[in-house]
Amino acid sequence: MAIRERMSGNEAVANAMRQINPDVIAAFPITPSTEIPQYFSTYVANGKVDTEFVTVESEHSAMSACVGSEAAGARTFTATSSCGLALMFEVLYIASSSRLPITMAVVNRALSGPININADHSDSMPTRDSGWLQIYSENNQEAYDNFIQAVRIGEHEDVRLPVMVCQDGFITSHAVENIELIEDEKVKNFVGEYSPKHYLLNPEESMSVGPYDSTHFYMEHKRQQAEGMINSKKVIMEVAKDFEKMTGRKYGMFESYKLDDAETAIVIINSTAGTAKDAIDILRSEGKKVGLLKIRIFRPFPAEEIAKALEGKLAVAVMDRAEGFSSCGGPVFAEVRSALYDSLNKPKMINYIYGLGGRDVKTQNIMEVYSALDEIKNTGDIGSTYRYLSVRE
Amino acid sequence: MGKTNIDENVKWTDITEGGNIYERGNSSEFKTGDWRTSKPIFIEDKCKQCMLCAPVCPDSAIPVKDGKRLDFDYYHCKGCGICAKACRFNAIEMVKE
Repeated sequence: MAIRERMSGNEAVANAMRQINPDVIAAFPITPSTEIPQYFSTYVANGKVDTEFVTVESEHSAMSACVGSEAAGARTFTATSSCGLALMFEVLYIASSSRLPITMAVVNRALSGPININADHSDSMPTRDSGWLQIYSENNQEAYDNFIQAVRIGEHEDVRLPVMVCQDGFITSHAVENIELIEDEKVKNFVGEYSPKHYLLNPEESMSVGPYDSTHFYMEHKRQQAEGMINSKKVIMEVAKDFEKMTGRKYGMFESYKLDDAETAIVIINSTAGTAKDAIDILRSEGKKVGLLKIRIFRPFPAEEIAKALEGKLAVAVMDRAEGFSSCGGPVFAEVRSALYDSLNKPKMINYIYGLGGRDVKTQNIMEVYSALDEIKNTGDIGSTYRYLSVRE
Repeated sequence: MGKTNIDENVKWTDITEGGNIYERGNSSEFKTGDWRTSKPIFIEDKCKQCMLCAPVCPDSAIPVKDGKRLDFDYYHCKGCGICAKACRFNAIEMVKE
């Protein structure tokens, strides 16, 4: 029987880590992800896990320790947020190009500056090209479920890439909600043992990791790395299928909410999807055909699948909780709009920058977005494609 | 070809993950001689086998066998010219590569 509990997103992820009992965790505290290594250190102190917990002096060191440990053959986790993730940036590329399937909990928080500790996606979005898989979570349950699945996805022999599992700072990480935990043994069996083919601590084989790659080889390595990302789509769906068998909870590349017959839709990532679902329920009760596409997997980007799901809609708003400063929209918008380029029946599409630095998003705000989409639907006039939601003007 | 088969024609499907090397003691197999812009020429007639050149080579690119230096190892020589400076008998001449 599944365990009914109530806990925050941070505690949920820490519990997933405890149940998996990894070989190594190397982490440095930063708001709002601090609780994850904090909870975990109590599990270590209380003997609930036999993980080697490495306390480091910075996030650059945390990720470097993770690279060393994963290369040694140890299943390795970490957690971070915001400027911590930014400080890891250099080493993120080392991890992915060395094909080290580290699993990292990212608790999304605004990047400085101005300095701010609240939720937005300006920390994980710049890392979208780092070669890590990115999985986003609407609530504590998804953060927990995604973390467990992420370990198997990244370590799969056809993928062998690191994975970050993201959730919104404070909104998800600190709000206590109901959750259904899986039994420890079931989690352990689901994830299985980590047995890489090559690893530094193998007494039977000498190995060098991370040698200089001259111009004759670098491009071949990047192409090979890209193949891991391409392969990961299939693996993500296989792992989701097995996870559904175990828990009854279904996951895909994205979640559609009342999207099939919708005329207008919004595309969103993480916790605001919950708010949007409430707004949709209200609007649906008024007879409005509105829907939602919540992206779960941003890397690899499910372009074809998203295009198929949005084809034929009349107007779509893509929501970005990060400024890309391109002066023409955020990163999610750029990718979603590009995904629809080859569609014959593509919707009119606008972008909203929203929720920066923890700016609250209410159902009323989401309904404003649907009103804007209605106007585009009715007048055929798209207006500005690059908009801000709830900014004082 | 050595143990690692470092081959500039290797396809992306056949190259090792991240350039990892699953052998030990193989750095000598990495061809670094192609960085060279000028090249030392060994003039054997003038050489007295005084052994001033071999120890100053930063790349161990002057092989010595039975107390005698042999011709340059151009697989690793980077053409720095230190050997030509060290030679007292004009037995090493630097030419453009």
